[in-house]
Amino acid sequence: MGQQQDIYYVPSKSQWPIVAAVVMFLTVFGAAHWLNAEPGESSFGKTLLLIGFIGILLMFFGWFRSVIHESMAGRYNSQVDRSFRMGMMWFIFSEVMFFGAFFGALFYIRMFSVPWLGGYGHGVLTHQFLWSDYAASWGSGGGNGPAHVGGSFETVGPWGLPLLNTLILLSSSVTVTIAHHALKAGHRGKVLLFLGFTVLLGASFLYCQAHEYMEAYKDLNLTLGTGVYGCTFFMLTGFHGLHVTLGTIMLAIIWLRVLAGHFSKDHHFGFEAVAWYWHFVDVVWLGLFMFVYIL
Amino acid sequence: MAQAATHDHHDEHHDEHHEHQNFFQRWVMSTNHKDIGTLYLVFSLLMFFIGGSFAMVIRAELFKPGMQLVQPYFFNEMTTMHALVMIFGAVMPAFVGLGNWMIPMMVGAPDMALPRMNNLSFWILPFAFALMLSTLFLPGGGPAGGWTMYPPLSLQSASLAYVVFAVHLMGISSIMGAINIIATILNMRAPGMDLLKMPVFVWSWLITAFLLIAVMPVLAGAVTMLLTDKYFNTHFFDAAGGGDPVLFQHVFWFFGHPEVYIMILPAFGIISEIIPTFARKPIFGYKAMVFAIASIAFLSFIVWAHHMFAVGLPLGAEIFFMYATMLIAVPTGVKVFNWVATMWGGSMTFETPMLFAVAFVILFTIGGFSGLMLALVPADFAYHDTYFVVAHFHYVLVTGAIFAIMAATYYWIPKWTGHMYSEFWGKVHFWNSVVWVNVLFFPQHFLGLAGMPRRIPDYNVAFANFNMISSIGGFLFGASQLIFLGVIIHCVWFSKKKATDRVWEGAKGLEWTLSSPPPHHSFSVAPVIHDEELAHGHVED
Ligand code: HEM
Ligand SMILES: [Cu+2]
Repeated sequence: MGQQQDIYYVPSKSQWPIVAAVVMFLTVFGAAHWLNAEPGESSFGKTLLLIGFIGILLMFFGWFRSVIHESMAGRYNSQVDRSFRMGMMWFIFSEVMFFGAFFGALFYIRMFSVPWLGGYGHGVLTHQFLWSDYAASWGSGGGNGPAHVGGSFETVGPWGLPLLNTLILLSSSVTVTIAHHALKAGHRGKVLLFLGFTVLLGASFLYCQAHEYMEAYKDLNLTLGTGVYGCTFFMLTGFHGLHVTLGTIMLAIIWLRVLAGHFSKDHHFGFEAVAWYWHFVDVVWLGLFMFVYIL
Repeated sequence: MAQAATHDHHDEHHDEHHEHQNFFQRWVMSTNHKDIGTLYLVFSLLMFFIGGSFAMVIRAELFKPGMQLVQPYFFNEMTTMHALVMIFGAVMPAFVGLGNWMIPMMVGAPDMALPRMNNLSFWILPFAFALMLSTLFLPGGGPAGGWTMYPPLSLQSASLAYVVFAVHLMGISSIMGAINIIATILNMRAPGMDLLKMPVFVWSWLITAFLLIAVMPVLAGAVTMLLTDKYFNTHFFDAAGGGDPVLFQHVFWFFGHPEVYIMILPAFGIISEIIPTFARKPIFGYKAMVFAIASIAFLSFIVWAHHMFAVGLPLGAEIFFMYATMLIAVPTGVKVFNWVATMWGGSMTFETPMLFAVAFVILFTIGGFSGLMLALVPADFAYHDTYFVVAHFHYVLVTGAIFAIMAATYYWIPKWTGHMYSEFWGKVHFWNSVVWVNVLFFPQHFLGLAGMPRRIPDYNVAFANFNMISSIGGFLFGASQLIFLGVIIHCVWFSKKKATDRVWEGAKGLEWTLSSPPPHHSFSVAPVIHDEELAHGHVED
């Protein structure tokens, strides 16, 4: 039952929420201005965006620092710990739904919009009158739509770098779990070792992905503008890569915190939260490997 | 179980005591659910008047046929902004504000589970709306393609990036607010406050919060695709590249339909609190009420395409979504039946909150019926994008959501402020609202059935009479809300009449055991719960 506790705890006032609201605003306001600037026109949007972004980093640093201080001072009881856990779980659920929107778009495009444009089922008339010479297919044949937007292109095969990346992420899930068990058993050296491995694996994943992207742009003529194939490919793998980046940074911070001795056998919510996040990123990748690369 | 040792750990937060805090610390750095709730409610009231003034422009333009006052583009900006401001600025923050105020008090908690995040959830909103409203003054103007932002039209707007980012901010705010509410309800209940003893309002918010976390990210995804389609050369919604504009509608309405339930489920909760109090009877069918909310929430995920019947869906999809949509009428009917059954044989009095609640039951039901008519595919082919749809959603949103918010305000404001509001002026506000809102929206059903399209600044002279009636209703409904403002200001600052702790004779539940106004930390010691104190202390199986 979620209702037994010894004491109630209400945190003290904090300036971080309002700082967070301001820097988030600066970031998006700057970004919107920048996007709307005419090409070549100088825009203060870029500067604002940069200030806002640095502000966000500083805000996270400051906010988490004060939370870590409070936690280290033993202010948080088990009820607070549970609230944090619920917060993290539901946050990850919201992330799942965010990816869901893009996976949904991918499925819709592959199952409906492309075949319809090719004249299947519901799309007979569109096909007949607009694009009667379009033969619907996915991949390099027809994945960039009836107008062949972006020109002819090649796809990234699944059994090269993507397979390697799958193995990298799967093993990183194993190493982070080993680190977790070591933490619970109180073997700090082992924690550092295996958590360190996890960080390195995360970083090598990103390296491979960057390599893959460059190859796609340079050699395969596969870009964000390559019709629906390009945009689903890059938006899905791109958002995932962004999450891997975040996850890797968080793991690195946790590594430092382990080094600093912040976690005990039974008080290590920060560690677990990041581990959950890492598993989530891993699972999303399996979906990507399946539906973006293999199928 | 009820005796679990719980005591306030004073030295943990001695800096919290509100005697030594200045204005900025109290309102901007707050970790207090009541102060943050107040901020939400005040913000929502402000947005209600801003959005309302946009509506006045719309009704003024439509007062007579022909172009009267404004340019067509500005008219379109007004319809778009009116909806965005009312949905994301007025209705949703009002419910979050009510949840903030009432949920900790109703479950016997000291505060929300994550108080600092709570403050951030609020403070994002003023910035998000500043960003969105500022587009009205930018070269190129604000968004004018409707709140649904359908491409390719919405992609032509110069302000798209601003609106997309504003929606992102609102989404972040809503998700954090929802996470907080779930954590509060699941983790902060006093010992003995079992899930099936919780007030229906708390239940309704638990389920609403789940809906929010599930669909706000989907909206974020949809608008992100708009952004990349406009600025980064993607082709999600462009058939030439293999995409489909209809894809946007699917993703949007996958968010959009649960969203309309996000705006009505907390209202159901409020009405389920108020009617038992003034009928002096426990709610009829407590468990059925909870399950009805849950099944409405579930169904809301599988009906989205009823907004797209006229877009050209495959026949199978039309039929599936038609039947799924009509299914929602079943749990909704259960709720209406139970409200009426609660009143049946009760010893009723009609103070202002009860008046609004009764009006809600009747008028929301009208909106539900017009919804059912719209759910019929062949009928919707004719009704779609006409004033009939406008009448439908204003019955469910104005006489539904907004009336519930007003009922809640009258019901709880004595608890919040420690003063009674003026019952006389409250009733004046009610009768004006209920009369003029029907003058405003009822004729729109007929305009729609006769074929008047929505979102167009001019119309056939055949529609002139009903439009003029509707506009007059609109102006007077708008003016009536100034009475509401007056009642609130009077109650907060000038009312001399002290409220008792229980406030209403028939009120039950933990929140009424606290003083009026309640102490700074609602329950710094977990209350010992006596089942007969609770509205649903004895739940029969
Ligand atoms: C029995 C319940 C309901 C049914 C069967 C129903 C059905 C429908 C249908 C079929 C439409 C699409 C009409 C069209 O565009 O042609 C619609 C529109 C709408 N409904 Fe409902 N509805 C119900 C309840 C609600 C509730 C509770 C709310 C909000 C509190 C709501 C808000 C809306 C809104 C805002 C729109 C218009 C969206 C737009 O196009 O801008 N509805 N409804
Ligand atoms: Cu709907």
